[in-house]
Amino acid sequence: MDGINSLRNGPDEEGRFGLYGGRFVAETLMPLILDLEAHYRAAKVDPDYLSEIKDLATHYTGRPSPLYFAERLTKHLGGAKVWLKREELNHTGSHKINNCLGQILLAKRMGKTRIIAETGAGQHGVATATVCAKFDLPCTIFMGATDVERQKPNVLRMKMLGAEVRPVTAGAGTLKDAMNEALRDWVTNVDTTYYLIGTAAGPHPYPEMVRDFQSVIGTELKQQFQEAEGRLPEAVVACVGGGSNAIGTFYAFLDDPSVKLYGAEAGGHGIDTENGHAASMTGGRPGVLHGNRTYLLQDKDGQILEGHSISAGLDYPGVGPEHAFLHDSKRVTYAPITDKEALDAFQLLTRTEGIIPALESAHGLAQVMKVAPTMGKDTSIVLCLSGRGDKDVESVGNYLGLL
Amino acid sequence: MSRIEKRFAECKAAGRPALVTYVMAGDPDLATSQAIMEALPQAGSDIIEFGMPFSDPMADGVAIQLGGQRALAGGMTLRGVLGMVEDFRRKDETTPIVLMGYYNPIYSFGVDRFLLAAKDAGVDGLIIVDLPPEEDEELCIPALAAGINFIRLTTPTTDDRRLPAVLKNTSGFVYYVSMTGITGAAIKSRAAVGEAVARIKSHTDLPVAVGFGIKTAEDAAEIGKHSDGIVVGTVLVDAVARTLVDGKATDKTVAAVRDLVADIFAGVKRARA
Repeated sequence: MDGINSLRNGPDEEGRFGLYGGRFVAETLMPLILDLEAHYRAAKVDPDYLSEIKDLATHYTGRPSPLYFAERLTKHLGGAKVWLKREELNHTGSHKINNCLGQILLAKRMGKTRIIAETGAGQHGVATATVCAKFDLPCTIFMGATDVERQKPNVLRMKMLGAEVRPVTAGAGTLKDAMNEALRDWVTNVDTTYYLIGTAAGPHPYPEMVRDFQSVIGTELKQQFQEAEGRLPEAVVACVGGGSNAIGTFYAFLDDPSVKLYGAEAGGHGIDTENGHAASMTGGRPGVLHGNRTYLLQDKDGQILEGHSISAGLDYPGVGPEHAFLHDSKRVTYAPITDKEALDAFQLLTRTEGIIPALESAHGLAQVMKVAPTMGKDTSIVLCLSGRGDKDVESVGNYLGLL
Repeated sequence: MSRIEKRFAECKAAGRPALVTYVMAGDPDLATSQAIMEALPQAGSDIIEFGMPFSDPMADGVAIQLGGQRALAGGMTLRGVLGMVEDFRRKDETTPIVLMGYYNPIYSFGVDRFLLAAKDAGVDGLIIVDLPPEEDEELCIPALAAGINFIRLTTPTTDDRRLPAVLKNTSGFVYYVSMTGITGAAIKSRAAVGEAVARIKSHTDLPVAVGFGIKTAEDAAEIGKHSDGIVVGTVLVDAVARTLVDGKATDKTVAAVRDLVADIFAGVKRARA
């Protein structure tokens, strides 16, 4: 295992990554998350459970996802070789399925008969509705009313898969409000219901569990890059909303100091615009929300701000607690990407490689566009292309005036 | 003896449960909310639970969510809540005040600074929904050291195995949440509530108050038979909401809350008659 100085040892028994994480939940939920933790500890070392995940990853998701050398993009940027870890080719179109399969098998083991989830862009909602269809469990997806509007294709997909989509009108009607409502449902239906959280945040053990399910991304990437280039890449990039694809990508590299790690936060209209961005680490401060302590967008009185991003998957006012820890320890560099930079990146990848990225992933690409040109031609930078952009075609079309 | 202990002892001597009333600080504006607070003891409230508004009240139903939003829109802050308690204390030295809410505004204010200011203002207890015993080091233990009661919620999911841990650092009273759910939902079984209170009382000498889902004088009389206190909140916040015109208080606002508390107090008085 990892040594005492490893950055891969978290969380501790209290669910803390340094100052961050923990179990800040109402008493009604406390016995449930302790029970979940006990079941997860047992499942994690059960060969049957692990082989079922592996089998589904191969035959249902389509893993391993390819590591692709983006030749034209590399030429265009004129620096490091740019590689894409193609999570967008997974079944359901993003990395979200990795986590959903792990958790649905756990829910089955626990004898739960109903699934709830929150979703922002709808990628997690679609992945949840998908595994619920496959495992024949009823599911309810909470989605902010604003997001229901701007992510219509995903709403339709969820409905076709048999999920009930509940629009949440409280607050600004985005991901934070959807999560509040999911927690209210969970606290009401404790006996039957499993809450399938989509990102590496929330009360312990969710941040650890979701990271473990997503860490297949970085583990594969490391091996694939080794096979292709015979070494480690110089830099690895991922976008960060709650941060599940990012922690899944980074985790395998945390103890490899030669690999620079970059997380792209949603800079919205720019981080100097009050409440106009969703960059919780660059523009927020530590606080407690949704079961964990982490960096949050909040006003001076500790009231949570809504945040803004062009991407419905990134406009969450918090971030997973392990990212908060990695930010403080400076192992990962988190940088804001504006809406405009993300739109430019979206178009660049579409035109140079014929790959339409999700707006979330386009934030990561925008960071690559900043870093790659500063690196030597014999070096490599890898982006986790976490999702495909089919769901964003209409809203990007609107922004670009094509409709 | 703390104000809270004293008040429960008085109610016990009077042969009735204590009436605990929850209102949202600053709803819909500071002056009206201050007037509501001051009207509560006269109407029959034994203990005031004063809601600290929060943007993301994850354990609350729609009524209290909206009350919090009105208070925040009216400019209420944690500092403002403490100021209201301070003003109240100038006129009322005896009615216990328990602040109820979520941890982040306190964490943002600074725990030590908050506890000093709360003690100074005359706050007697705290109920912080998102601080279970697993996070006692955060605020519970510092609050006890500062001489402020930390009142814990116990719920139908808190089983006998877990109950001792939940009760360990609890003081003042134990707040039994009558159901798994959010504030304002309906109680499924009154009989089950009575059994649960008996179960908790077999583990502690502290008074046990029951809340969530108590809406009428009849509920109060029924639930009050087996508990040391009953808590009403959602119906009072709803009463405020019903009197507003264009979101603003009217001359009916304070009276609506006062009359409802008086009505429920009548139920409390006949609980054990």
